Amino acid sequence: MSDKTLTRMELADAVHREVGLSRNDSAALVESILAHISDALVRGETVKISSFGTFMVRDKAARVGRNPKTGEEVPIHPRRVLTFRSSQQMRERVAQGNRS
Amino acid sequence: MIRSELIHKIADENPHLTHRDVERIVSVVFDRIIEAMAHGQRVELRGFGAFSVKRRDGRIGRNPRTGEAVEVEEKHVPFFKTGKALRERLNGGTDPGPDPD
Repeated sequence: MSDKTLTRMELADAVHREVGLSRNDSAALVESILAHISDALVRGETVKISSFGTFMVRDKAARVGRNPKTGEEVPIHPRRVLTFRSSQQMRERVAQGNRS
Repeated sequence: MIRSELIHKIADENPHLTHRDVERIVSVVFDRIIEAMAHGQRVELRGFGAFSVKRRDGRIGRNPRTGEAVEVEEKHVPFFKTGKALRERLNGGTDPGPDPD
């Protein structure tokens, strides 16, 4: 298992190699994809990318939590959280590729 | 929003690209993320979130229908953690802190 971390740069590189656009244009397109997904989520939409996965926004009510270290009670504010459910294809490829 | 709508929006903003090009670009980006994870790598998209791989230990599971014990092997599963900037935007500009769950 490699500990290398990929960033936007490697995604832009992949677009540059596969599609032949300039590195700048490729980077702008990667950014644009992330921006459209983010905007849709902020509008409260579910974003479903077939063969990749589904991003979904959920509302969570306020509740009382506890600092696990001190045991002290702390209020947890109501919040919108983003959950990601990976597609069957993604789960299979990740399981397959990391099999020991 | 589904994949085809995302492709449509990007195509609208990039009239110099064909619809086919945009389909390929979108596929390449998502595929590259999966490929990285299949190699045990992490993909960190600052402001948006990070995709990583978590190991689930093997365990003794049970067939819910028969109650029979079955060995479940160790496996690796995809994981996504929302980035700070997106978490803030989802909460109207203030960060409620990482989800304690």
